[in-house]
Amino acid sequence: MRNALNIIKHHAPNEKRMAWLAFAALTLILLALPFAVDDLFGRGWVRVLDFALLYIMLALGLNIVVGYAGLLDLGYVAFFAVGAYCYALLGSPQFGIHLPFWIVLPLGALLACIFGVLLGAPTLRLRGDYLAIVTLGFGEIIRIFLNNLNAPINITNGPQGISMIDAIHVGGFSLGRTQEIFGITFPSVHLHYYLFLIFTLLVIFVSIRLQDSRIGRAWAAIREDEVAASAMGINTRNIKLLAFAMGATFGGLAGGLFAGFQGFVSPESFGLTESIMILCMVVLGGMGNIGGVVLGGILLVVIPELTRHLAGTAQQALLGKTVIDPESLRMLMFGLALILIMLWRPAGLWPSSQRRRELTSSASSPNA
Amino acid sequence: MACRFLFAQSFFQFVKTLDILLQQIINGLVQGSVYSMVALGYTMVYGILGLINFAHGEIVMIGAMVALSVIQLLTGSGLPIFFILLISLMISMLVCMTLGYSMERIAYRPLRNAPRLAPLITAIGLSIVLQTLAMMFWGREYHSFPLLFTNSSVHIAGAVITEVQIIIIVVAMAMMGGLLMLVHHTRLGRAMRAVAESPSAAALMGVNSNNVISTTFMLGAGLAAVAGIMISANYGIAHYLMGSLLGLKAFTAAVLGGIGNLRGAMLGGLLLGLIESLGAGYIGDLSGGFLGSHYQDVFAFFVLIAVLIFRPSGLLGERVAERA
Repeated sequence: MRNALNIIKHHAPNEKRMAWLAFAALTLILLALPFAVDDLFGRGWVRVLDFALLYIMLALGLNIVVGYAGLLDLGYVAFFAVGAYCYALLGSPQFGIHLPFWIVLPLGALLACIFGVLLGAPTLRLRGDYLAIVTLGFGEIIRIFLNNLNAPINITNGPQGISMIDAIHVGGFSLGRTQEIFGITFPSVHLHYYLFLIFTLLVIFVSIRLQDSRIGRAWAAIREDEVAASAMGINTRNIKLLAFAMGATFGGLAGGLFAGFQGFVSPESFGLTESIMILCMVVLGGMGNIGGVVLGGILLVVIPELTRHLAGTAQQALLGKTVIDPESLRMLMFGLALILIMLWRPAGLWPSSQRRRELTSSASSPNA
Repeated sequence: MACRFLFAQSFFQFVKTLDILLQQIINGLVQGSVYSMVALGYTMVYGILGLINFAHGEIVMIGAMVALSVIQLLTGSGLPIFFILLISLMISMLVCMTLGYSMERIAYRPLRNAPRLAPLITAIGLSIVLQTLAMMFWGREYHSFPLLFTNSSVHIAGAVITEVQIIIIVVAMAMMGGLLMLVHHTRLGRAMRAVAESPSAAALMGVNSNNVISTTFMLGAGLAAVAGIMISANYGIAHYLMGSLLGLKAFTAAVLGGIGNLRGAMLGGLLLGLIESLGAGYIGDLSGGFLGSHYQDVFAFFVLIAVLIFRPSGLLGERVAERA
């Protein structure tokens, strides 16, 4: 999108028209995508699409912390959990509270933001891998509390989780059931797709604007050399806290959407594996590059689904019988894919051009 | 009279809690020495390459599983138990060392000059692959690890310590002592320390740093294999998922002690074991019954965070330069 806009700004009218055409085509594709996918592959894949959008939001949020500011966060899913549980507690029969979507979602994002600052504040002096382990611990702490806060007072309903969460309502319009607009039938998953698409585009927009802002440059400076950045007059404490807070806000936002979409949350969805998966999306796609992170998010949601189909049906078709348990084969293929992609492109599939320049100029430092 | 009665009662209470305390300390030391052994693997690799070997926990699991299979194979053969144990230990260490070596060759060496997070992702990939392979070979069920020794135990002041636990502590201490000797008093150890200091300078001095790095991985994997057998023997079970949480705890221990520092890893492991076991035992009393023993892990992480706030590079870690 950014490239498209740049082209519009700087190039001849002919190319300008081409760029607008590309932009229009992209918009059309994005709008028609759920219907096309529904027709070609089935309703299940539209759901996969919805999850891909959720994970893109999460990956972009983590990208602010890891990609922009260079702070390795292994407990990012905690903020996702905070957002999801905030929505779940304030919009379900658990406490009998049913606040509207437009209040609960920002509230969840705000709460996640506060948690981000709470995590960030004590860890300001830590660097590198020490930070990684503390964030990991924080993520686990949140999960363990969610798991056990059903006694003595039942708040989170423990490992069973909270079910029957209110569907997302926009005005009087519910996304939880099939709706008909202008004679076109929109199933619930399609409606969620459009909502998530709007939020994803919002997150992408904010990410782009942040990257090119004064704050974004400050983050890059801290990432490259904290001491030098501080000598240049950057308030490293506030800027780092801001990175944590911004990343957490996006996580909380995605969490709220997840709870409303799923209708059910339980601590199981917020384990360490989930944090690591989101980190994989960021690193695999290309840290610090928005396009790369989006690509990583899509790939890591689609690859496991694809391998699930391949492992079962393709094995049947090729060998005539199921030799290896499809679920195991799927995990095996996924693990191998992670290794091979990383060996093939160590800087990620689509690295940012700035990062690539840094890499080629100082490739020898082992700690870089 | 009433006063004397009260005194007697509280004294009785004290003795009773004392032996519970002692029991918790013993359990903590056993658990802690296993953590230390695994933490050493993390810390050695980190000290030399500056990377977190996230697949290290899976090596522990493979070590336990291989030993289990060998023991099951040999149980009917009529060999004395000591020999069976020795053979299974050897084979399991051999398998793990090969695994450690190939891991480094496949997933880490090609990425030595890549961005810092690239090897992290290959490590995660490896860990998924190893876990899945183990699940395919050994199945999803919990295996009961055969009891190798008589179930005899020693009673000290009301606390019970089993023979297995004594052996675990003794072997762990001996192996860690041996490792310290190796690193500080042999040619190989000197080479390891030189490579950790600066790979390029070490290479100029004639150290084959690739060999040293491979050896480091193999040493760590060997320790992990022993640790895996120990923990399975102590709890009597082995499972294909046992590696991830153990690895996580051991990594926490390594960071607690100051990652990259061998003595730090040992201290961190023992401390983490003690903290967990005492925390699980007393967290209920401390919080007035609000938090139960299932908050054990929270306790460990809170202590870790608290330590790192006051000593950002761990208990024994040196203050590293900002940038190499």
